[in-house]
Amino acid sequence: MKEEVISVTPDTLGNKIAEMKKNGYRFVTMSCVELDSDTVDILYHFDKNLELAHFRLTIPKNEAAPSISPVYFAAFLVENEIQDQFGIRFDGLAIDYNRTLYLEEEVQRAPYCRITVSNVEGSEGD
Amino acid sequence: MDTIKTFIRKSRIKSPWLLHFDCGSCNGCDIEVLACLTPVYDIERFGIINVGNPKHADLLLVTGTVNHRNKKVLGNLAEQMPEPKIVVALGSCGLSGGVFREAYNVIGGVDKIIPVDVYVPGCPPKPEAIIDGVVTGLAKFAQKKGDTS
Amino acid sequence: MARTIIPFGPQHPVFPEPLHLKLVLEDEIVKEAVPALGYVHRGLEMLADIRDYHQMIQICERVCGICSTIHAQCYCQGIEELMGIEVPARAKFLRVIWAEIHRVQSHLLWLGLFADAFGFESLFMQCWKIRERVMDINEATGGNRVNVSVNIIGGVKRDLAPDMTRWILSELDLVEQEVKRLEKVLLHDYTVKKRTVGKGVLTKDQALELGAVGPTLRGSGVAQDIRQLGYAAYGDLSYTPVVAKDGDAYSRNRVRFLETYQAIALVREAISKLPPGEISVKVKGKPEGEIVSRVEQPRGELMYYIKGNGKKNLDRLRIRTPTFANIPPLLSMLPGIELADVPVIVLSIDPCISCTER
Repeated sequence: MKEEVISVTPDTLGNKIAEMKKNGYRFVTMSCVELDSDTVDILYHFDKNLELAHFRLTIPKNEAAPSISPVYFAAFLVENEIQDQFGIRFDGLAIDYNRTLYLEEEVQRAPYCRITVSNVEGSEGD
Repeated sequence: MDTIKTFIRKSRIKSPWLLHFDCGSCNGCDIEVLACLTPVYDIERFGIINVGNPKHADLLLVTGTVNHRNKKVLGNLAEQMPEPKIVVALGSCGLSGGVFREAYNVIGGVDKIIPVDVYVPGCPPKPEAIIDGVVTGLAKFAQKKGDTS
Repeated sequence: MARTIIPFGPQHPVFPEPLHLKLVLEDEIVKEAVPALGYVHRGLEMLADIRDYHQMIQICERVCGICSTIHAQCYCQGIEELMGIEVPARAKFLRVIWAEIHRVQSHLLWLGLFADAFGFESLFMQCWKIRERVMDINEATGGNRVNVSVNIIGGVKRDLAPDMTRWILSELDLVEQEVKRLEKVLLHDYTVKKRTVGKGVLTKDQALELGAVGPTLRGSGVAQDIRQLGYAAYGDLSYTPVVAKDGDAYSRNRVRFLETYQAIALVREAISKLPPGEISVKVKGKPEGEIVSRVEQPRGELMYYIKGNGKKNLDRLRIRTPTFANIPPLLSMLPGIELADVPVIVLSIDPCISCTER
């Protein structure tokens, strides 16, 4: 990417996001990318006066990520989308559709992951 | 009573009411359906009126691919329409799934869920083709024996 | 009065598309709105796994039928930047011409639907009648009324001959004259103002906080438009964003109406400055790395995140469309308005659900 991407951890994410909000950045979106069978990248994109800023959070698939929707309400939609498509959970979502934003309740796998961990407890998994 | 039934059957062909449902299309076909209603193409000259209530409709125009969520809505709408009814599937997506046929949330064409009478191909079909499809559907009315009361 | 929940959609006469809102009402006043999506979700970002990066252009064009060229333009610009391809100047100008013709078409479509939302049907018919001229330009130049498939990686695949550009200019003159005749109605008519002024207010701070984009953001007094970055040929054209201050449905209507004139002016300027030369360059290699590409769609900022790994299939393609960003602001506009005004407010953000859900 043209702009610098700042790496964050689940612990430092909250502070960074609060800082962006204080500086008047507009939330653009988040992108989720599958890296391998266990980990994903979550990219946070922000904009201020047409300049982009990015953060990168790398987390394991089975770990819940902290939600930024209490700070940026606009993030609730995209976080629900990632829950649907990648099966990653977000803690503290403003409106939680519980993986039914796009998908029907009976869908048990995360369609955007090439290798998915089934989220039915007690089943065979990956 | 027979005269009334014949009268209704005849006049339905002269003025069928149309219901449009977007079933997951990219909007291309939907705006062409709307364009049919506007002055340049003016589908109303065939007595066709666009309605929002399935219980008033004779013709169902469906655009786009069927997915796991809207298949229930589509089934519902078709069920609520009184007999005899004509279903017209519009555009490549409505016919077979089109370019999206391999996408994970797509079931396929409209005919996977409800029986289709007329298929109109194109991505999107031109308003002329849509009007032609609807008029072809009208000819099918004459063949269908339904409950005309 | 007890609370009532009214389902709005998915099949509703006002929308051509299935949008579903759960409206919590107290008497006639909306207290809360919760969107339910998924009726148009196809999962087309995932198709990048099966189609190679050239074939994805056709998929991107079908994210949305109303702004198909601009989707393809955004995708191609992203890939070109990733692969370091320099697009010929003529191709850049041609991209601007097609994108702005699309903007005219899309705004006329919206003005019509908006008029229909408050029951002004003859105005709807008028807008769509004018729009047919623009559709004819699309068909004559791109071969299809809706999906004008002209963008390829490395340029464009169709050229405009001098007699064609002359014809486009004469048609656009007629479009402009006809749109001017609507100005008195759309901007100054008593009934239009009665239904739109002061309805669904979004303040400047709210708009920025909730991430509004495009005319929704500019209708709230923020002069921000991705075209200011000067992508494609916009850097060589004179351009200032249209802004309205009040943040209500009328302001958003005003922004879109004036942008129609502006788009026509941009096409004229681009045609007058159209440089000679090649329209595309040969593409070698495979995309590698990650990039964020942004363009201004009729509805606002469109963002593509592209990640390539040196193979013919992309690793990840993520599309953030303007309506996706405008739904949270919509949810903050709805509380406090009457049920009868809901269609007007929902349409004032120019919702495109097939974009939103992809």
